[in-house]
Amino acid sequence: MYSEVSLINDEQVEILLADLLDHYGYDFTGYSRASLKRRIIRLYSLDKALSFAEFRYQINNDPVYFKRFVEQITVNVTEMFRDPVFFKTLRDVVLPKLGTYPFIRIWLAGCSTGEEAYSISIILKELNLLHKSLIYATDLNPVVLEKAAQSMFALSQMKQYSENYIASGGQLDFSSYYTANYSLAKFDDELKRKIIFSTHNLVSDHTFNEFQLILCRNVLIYFDRDLQHKVLQLFDESLQPLGYLALGSKETLDFSPLSKNYKRVPAEKIWRKVS
Amino acid sequence: MEESELMKNCEALIIGGSAGSLEVLLRVLPALSPTLSFPVIIVVHRKHGTDSLLPDLLSGKTSLKVKEIEEKEQAMAGTVYIAPSDYHTLIEQNKTFSLDYSEKVNYSRPAIDVTFQTGAEAYKGKLVCMLLSGSNSDGVNGLKSVKAWGGITVIQDPETAQVSYMPAQAALQLKIDYTLSIEDMADFINLLS
Repeated sequence: MYSEVSLINDEQVEILLADLLDHYGYDFTGYSRASLKRRIIRLYSLDKALSFAEFRYQINNDPVYFKRFVEQITVNVTEMFRDPVFFKTLRDVVLPKLGTYPFIRIWLAGCSTGEEAYSISIILKELNLLHKSLIYATDLNPVVLEKAAQSMFALSQMKQYSENYIASGGQLDFSSYYTANYSLAKFDDELKRKIIFSTHNLVSDHTFNEFQLILCRNVLIYFDRDLQHKVLQLFDESLQPLGYLALGSKETLDFSPLSKNYKRVPAEKIWRKVS
Repeated sequence: MEESELMKNCEALIIGGSAGSLEVLLRVLPALSPTLSFPVIIVVHRKHGTDSLLPDLLSGKTSLKVKEIEEKEQAMAGTVYIAPSDYHTLIEQNKTFSLDYSEKVNYSRPAIDVTFQTGAEAYKGKLVCMLLSGSNSDGVNGLKSVKAWGGITVIQDPETAQVSYMPAQAALQLKIDYTLSIEDMADFINLLS
């Protein structure tokens, strides 16, 4: 698994990125290279590729392997109610404000395997807003979306998620939301009814609706500054006036020219579009 | 301690530590020259959610500027950078920082290995990496990378470490360039400048 000097060099990374764009239309050229390279090397080593040429050939000619490649080079680590204080602000400040609208449209961009989508659904249900909400949960990667749609997560995670849920202001018994099934926790279908899982590539796809809340947490960190600006522009176009944009705990709107049109919710990485 | 020509070219110092390393940092930082000609990047294991505490604690101990790393930020000379908790810190070829929320490495996020390895590729022969006290072997593979890319490897003398496992593993698995007691660390670092 481990090698002191890289199995794949910077030039080879660029060759693979050019291939992905040419053959499949997936543009990763705006991604930060250190992380991308690390993940490519990880996969190369995990799959015991015999040579760079063979690795490259397989990506370009085997559609199944290509899917695996995209899944593995993007980071899909996520959890329910991650950063509980953030979800507490959603529950106490943001969603009650949006609750005054007749209909709430939420875009969760880069939803990965869906843990955050179900977290938001749970809060909406507890605020009695779920019936008039719709969550568009998107990711560039169809494999993780298939998993997300199954609403099943490892039972071993539930202790942590339950703690997060309580820290985020949840007052019910978290286990009432799922049924344990061997090593999996299957979440209630009711939570899924208002979630639409769909592919969307932030790099190349356009806006598809207007939302009152857009969440995109820990996605922009993988993009270079130019791509970050471009994606923030896309969010701005997709956000209604007085709508909210939520980013990850290490991400910010501060460097974007758009920031002058936004007002930050104190102490959180949430901005409200004020003009 | 001799000054080598190699050391004069230092463009970055990365310090990694785990259990027992905070005490070392608190002793070393006050003795650092206020005009270091390279950035000092610190990656220590700690609990998620205690983010602002460490930069605050350390900035009280040195006249160097101390700050938590922000993503895409450029590493500047004379500044002490602290890796945030619960993210891996990576160093890009253009000497900017990237953050990454991928799987833990060696049960750790931040993982010292990740910063050492990406730092080794970015700074190559002009990097010095120092591994302090700790109870797992995170950082050891990173030091191998540093070595392979021509950088300098340093460990805290395991005899002086509160938890010796981490530096001892490094000494066991590769040839370390310098093994330092806590007292010698500040002088060593100041001489790199």
